[in-house]
Amino acid sequence: MSLMDVLFGEKRETSASKAKERLQIILAHERTSLHDGRANFHWLPELQKELLSVVAKYIEVDQDALTINIERRENIELLEINVTLPEKD
Amino acid sequence: MATTSKVIVVTSGKGGVGKTTTAASFATGLALRGHKTVVIDFDIGLRNLDLIMGCERRVVYDFVNVINNEATIHQALIKDKNCDNLYILAASQTKDKEALTEEGVARILDDLKKDFAFIVCDSPAGIEKGAFMALYFADAALVVTNPEVSSVRDSDRILGILSSKSKRAVDGKEKVKEYLVINRYSPERVEGGEMLSIDDIQDILRIHLLGVIPESKEVLHASNNGTPVIHLKNSDISESYLDLVARFLGENKPIRFIDPEKKGFLKRIFGGE
Repeated sequence: MSLMDVLFGEKRETSASKAKERLQIILAHERTSLHDGRANFHWLPELQKELLSVVAKYIEVDQDALTINIERRENIELLEINVTLPEKD
Repeated sequence: MATTSKVIVVTSGKGGVGKTTTAASFATGLALRGHKTVVIDFDIGLRNLDLIMGCERRVVYDFVNVINNEATIHQALIKDKNCDNLYILAASQTKDKEALTEEGVARILDDLKKDFAFIVCDSPAGIEKGAFMALYFADAALVVTNPEVSSVRDSDRILGILSSKSKRAVDGKEKVKEYLVINRYSPERVEGGEMLSIDDIQDILRIHLLGVIPESKEVLHASNNGTPVIHLKNSDISESYLDLVARFLGENKPIRFIDPEKKGFLKRIFGGE
């Protein structure tokens, strides 16, 4: 950008920034909608482990007390976390 | 079997972004650094690596001949004319891409691992059989991307396939190492806001940047002559490939040739090319 542009030019949106914005939107969509898109939830087991350890700090629970699941429907992604509390004797 | 031997795919999804140019210079660079290297053309039916490497008249047997047991791997390997450590395995010009079977490719790669430290697989464009077989056995991937929307989108697509369909992904092993190679970069156009910048592309693809190769007229001269561009002396493009290879081998090299050329006084005031 030249000095003249800075002084007199209107603040223009560059075509590069337009390109970036369009890519971010389309790729966010494709990553989750394609079956081999990049959104593989590799962090899911780790999240499950960490959540379980947090719960276990406060409540005595079994190792399998916490289940975690991701569901994809048309327009939404649903993260489902289920904690089964121990039965009272 | 050399336990350190690595299979590296040069891939992109989109055609015409510089896969073969990069595969040729990358493999040559590894060989120049003293590593025994073989580069394989996976573009069955449309071979071109032989032309870029300048060995097109020495192709007797090809990749598919070896898969079909019509020739041994040693009969089909072509020794590079410039480097002692470098060999080329040409694609077949007559067969179709279905000739690449998983068993066949696995057998040849296992054979090559006995002799070579690096096996560079030059992928065809697209996401069909040839491209899939080129990336399936990879330990590492160079994803060649131009600073342009369709190339970036296709790179993202290929990264999805690498992380879900490659052998390492299917077997649940450590994931394929993904490296970004930005090719045909023009710092002047980036400064003018008309080309995606290195940061833009990294923001979107989020993989390790291995190198930035500047747009260069030398590439055409090099392919005219059948000599990989990395052999050129004192040119930006060969230096950037040499840096890229050094980084791949674990050296710490800053990215060069990414700042625009200094403009004259008048141009800075009034703009223009």
